[in-house]
Amino acid sequence: MLLAAVHSAIQQQAFHVPNLDYHALAPEIVVSATLVVVLVADLFLAGARKWLLSNVAGWGLLVALIFTVELGARSHHASMVGGAYVVDDFALVFKGLFLAVGYIVLLMATRYIEEGDYFEGEFYFLLLCSLLGMVVMGSARDLITIFVALETLSIPAYMLAGWRKRDLKSNEAALKYYLLGVLASAVMLYGMSLVFGFTNSTLLTDIGKATQGSITKAPLVTLGIFFITVGFAFKVSAVPFHFWAPDTYEGSPTPVTAFLSVASKTGGFVALLELIYIGFIGRSDVWGPMFWVLAALTMTVGNLIALRQTNIVRLLAYSSIAQAGYILVPFAVAGSNTKSIHSAFTASVTYLLIYAAMNLGAFAIVIAVARKTRSGDIASYGGLYEYAPGLTVLMTIFLFSLAGVPPLAGAWAKIFVFRAVLDSPGSCGWIQCPTGTARPSACPPRCRPPSASPSWSSSSSASTPSSSPTSVMSHR
Amino acid sequence: MNFLDHWALSGAIFLPVIGAVLLGLVPRRSELTLKVGALLASLASLALVIYLIARFDFSHSGRFQFVANKQWIEVIHSRYHIGLDGISLPLLALSALITVLCVIYSWDHFPEPFNPKAFLILILVLATGMNGTFGSLDLILFFVFFELVLLPMYFMIGVWGGPNRQYAAIKFFLFTLFGSALMILSFLALYFKGGQTFDMIALRHTIAAASLPAATASLIFAGLFIGFAIKVPMFPFHTWLPDAHTEAPTVGSVILAAILLKLGTYGFVRIAIPILPKAAHTWAPWIGLLAVIGIIYGALGCLAQRDMKRLIAFSSVAHMGFVMLGIATLTSFGINAAVFGMVAHGLITGMLFFVAGSVQERYGTRELSRLGGMLLQAPRLGWILGFCAMASLGLPGLAGFWGEFPAILSAYQPAAGLSLVTFRVYMAVAAVGTVFAAGYLLWMLQRVDFGVVKSEFEHAHIHDLHVPEYLAWAPLLILIVALGVYPHLLFHITDGAVHAVTTGIHAATGVAAGR
Repeated sequence: MLLAAVHSAIQQQAFHVPNLDYHALAPEIVVSATLVVVLVADLFLAGARKWLLSNVAGWGLLVALIFTVELGARSHHASMVGGAYVVDDFALVFKGLFLAVGYIVLLMATRYIEEGDYFEGEFYFLLLCSLLGMVVMGSARDLITIFVALETLSIPAYMLAGWRKRDLKSNEAALKYYLLGVLASAVMLYGMSLVFGFTNSTLLTDIGKATQGSITKAPLVTLGIFFITVGFAFKVSAVPFHFWAPDTYEGSPTPVTAFLSVASKTGGFVALLELIYIGFIGRSDVWGPMFWVLAALTMTVGNLIALRQTNIVRLLAYSSIAQAGYILVPFAVAGSNTKSIHSAFTASVTYLLIYAAMNLGAFAIVIAVARKTRSGDIASYGGLYEYAPGLTVLMTIFLFSLAGVPPLAGAWAKIFVFRAVLDSPGSCGWIQCPTGTARPSACPPRCRPPSASPSWSSSSSASTPSSSPTSVMSHR
Repeated sequence: MNFLDHWALSGAIFLPVIGAVLLGLVPRRSELTLKVGALLASLASLALVIYLIARFDFSHSGRFQFVANKQWIEVIHSRYHIGLDGISLPLLALSALITVLCVIYSWDHFPEPFNPKAFLILILVLATGMNGTFGSLDLILFFVFFELVLLPMYFMIGVWGGPNRQYAAIKFFLFTLFGSALMILSFLALYFKGGQTFDMIALRHTIAAASLPAATASLIFAGLFIGFAIKVPMFPFHTWLPDAHTEAPTVGSVILAAILLKLGTYGFVRIAIPILPKAAHTWAPWIGLLAVIGIIYGALGCLAQRDMKRLIAFSSVAHMGFVMLGIATLTSFGINAAVFGMVAHGLITGMLFFVAGSVQERYGTRELSRLGGMLLQAPRLGWILGFCAMASLGLPGLAGFWGEFPAILSAYQPAAGLSLVTFRVYMAVAAVGTVFAAGYLLWMLQRVDFGVVKSEFEHAHIHDLHVPEYLAWAPLLILIVALGVYPHLLFHITDGAVHAVTTGIHAATGVAAGR
């Protein structure tokens, strides 16, 4: 935010205080205040009373969530610092999602952290920091704001991944995540600088206008868009940039894994949605084919490798890679015309919301079961129904939903994706992809088959674009 | 329309699942409450179906009646649109009836690992899926119900099934889901080509008006074809069926054979053919070919079986071949025969699976070589098996005959534009298939019923029929005879609706011929 303000000041050659709508910023303010309180209180609380911090953090998130809902209910929209920071329905939906996910992760983590002899206070502080980054990401409409938000959400996550500090796997997780994350950031930043160099603006709307105009075909802009997309492909763990994900997910504390695979990934996608649909909508000739390849590879490789996993967390990791592939599919077909942009945008957003719910649910069950069995092996789920029928039924629902079986929500997510694909003209290149999640039916007492569900997905390469960049955001 | 006319169909669809939710609240221990609850829920649904039959306007069976058309998912223009015509009504009735009978049969026949609560809940959820599929007139709604059936059946096979249940359950699930994935793509294609609607009835006109290129229509039809053909199952897609049937618990096999297979053929008659008549016309010879291959292959498969249930499963492949042959002729005669065949197969094969389950329970085996002389030990059960075998092989005077015979006959004169020679060859092959059917069924009968009791069961105490078995089987047996003696009972319901379908085909293909 600050950087964005500074930036806009430089542009206008004179500093003046940006006109902020504090009401619209309430969720960010509440989260920031809470994290400061948590950090400070951590210094003064004795070890036995650290659990209070979790409560404080939880209440903070809830209050922020209430503000978000209130802003949404009253359709309180705002555009600040020259359009770099926008509060609209899109932003509010994702802020709500991030806060809710954060709250649930907090609930999952509290006992895990308390029992595991880990640093407690810092954990909540870092979690809140990361969430703050995500909440800001929802509103970011400017390259620098996006970058700052991305780093705010990533850097605490690097540390959270290594929270089981005496566990080698956790160390490996954190290190891999950190190194590849930083690499991705560097690539992305380089791309951003190229784009900025040619468009002379960091505002996405300006970039959108510029990339549709005179400099459309500048090769370095193409390179910039390419780099930015690759950077985010790392963040959302799209194949072939996914190698960090399974190790990181397996090594991290499970609540953190849930957080990474849901919230952090959604954060990456939110940025991608903003960049592609506002900034680079005119250059679908560059990103269309890229997403086409990424989506096809991600779905296929993710699902196929998931089939061979014996560890539930690794399985879910590959499954969530595959799910990311589905979210990428609409991007591949978005560029054709206004209507297909709209339906592609809707499909990605719908998928993200549903994905968050079902994946988080699956991780919650994994944590609950691991607490008893102390094992992540899929084989250890045998007979789960005997001692935890409720968890079994829930796990069944989450896994079948991830597999996309109607009438569960996951099926609707996939239907929306298919619809987006079919909605784009020239959707001739249908490719077959094995879909779904590898599914360990921990569920029925004597039945635990790891299996995958085949289904079809189709993608098509994008053709010529023709749409005003901002229409998409307002459409939804 | 009075209140009940408006709500009876929705009630028939959703009462079972409401019952299932209520059963979920009953503790696992109070078994009687659970059983009575499940029975009441399924009976209530059946009662509503009977009310619907009573109120049905048979003189206009081609029109959709008891229609409800409410807003559902506005974003994708999918509506809660349900209704019944002469094709769906008998199938809905069959489904509601079989559900009740299954609950009755399970009364004290719960398979390992017991757990009546979960088992009954699954039956009720299945019932909602099945009834809903037959009632829906919106593609997305249809799809949801069609898939809703999948999960309970998966668990029924996977949990309560035989020794190889996991393999069978996954195979069943993956095959069907693969088909559904193609199906939903075709649905979406219809949606975009047919003016952004999922309404099955509206699509008939909008797709006709859109005059799709033949290749596109053919491709869309192919997606629907694979989706439905896997469910039927037609010849190359049938491999899941013997495994699923063999491993499923008795009630699972009955529901699978009696209702689930019909979802596929019903899909052809309700969706694929009326909406894409020209593509259906192009595909008809191939469907016919696969159908007769299924008839012969299924029959030969039967002759190679050693397991009673597996034999009946293969006979389903053959029988569904007759149904598909009737559909492939695209004549009103053939489709009438097909609908009759669906109902008859549901009654007869359902009965056969019940009997096979009871045999398994008494002897602890279904292996044909170990069984024998059942007429000596359990004469009533033995004679019922004989009766069902006769009905299944198409003995005139029983229901099976009216499914097979007109289907064969209709192949003599397929719809205008279809190759006479091809279909007459099919007819001849199908007729030979009936001989095979007699062969394998009599062979099974001989091995199970006649001869002497094998030494291992000589001193075993074999119960004859139990009360729940009487109650569960009597309606089926009565219907088999009633429909066999007086087939008009069913034909006069289906005829109007089938006519509405074939008129559409003639109109479309007539245009094609004129071009």
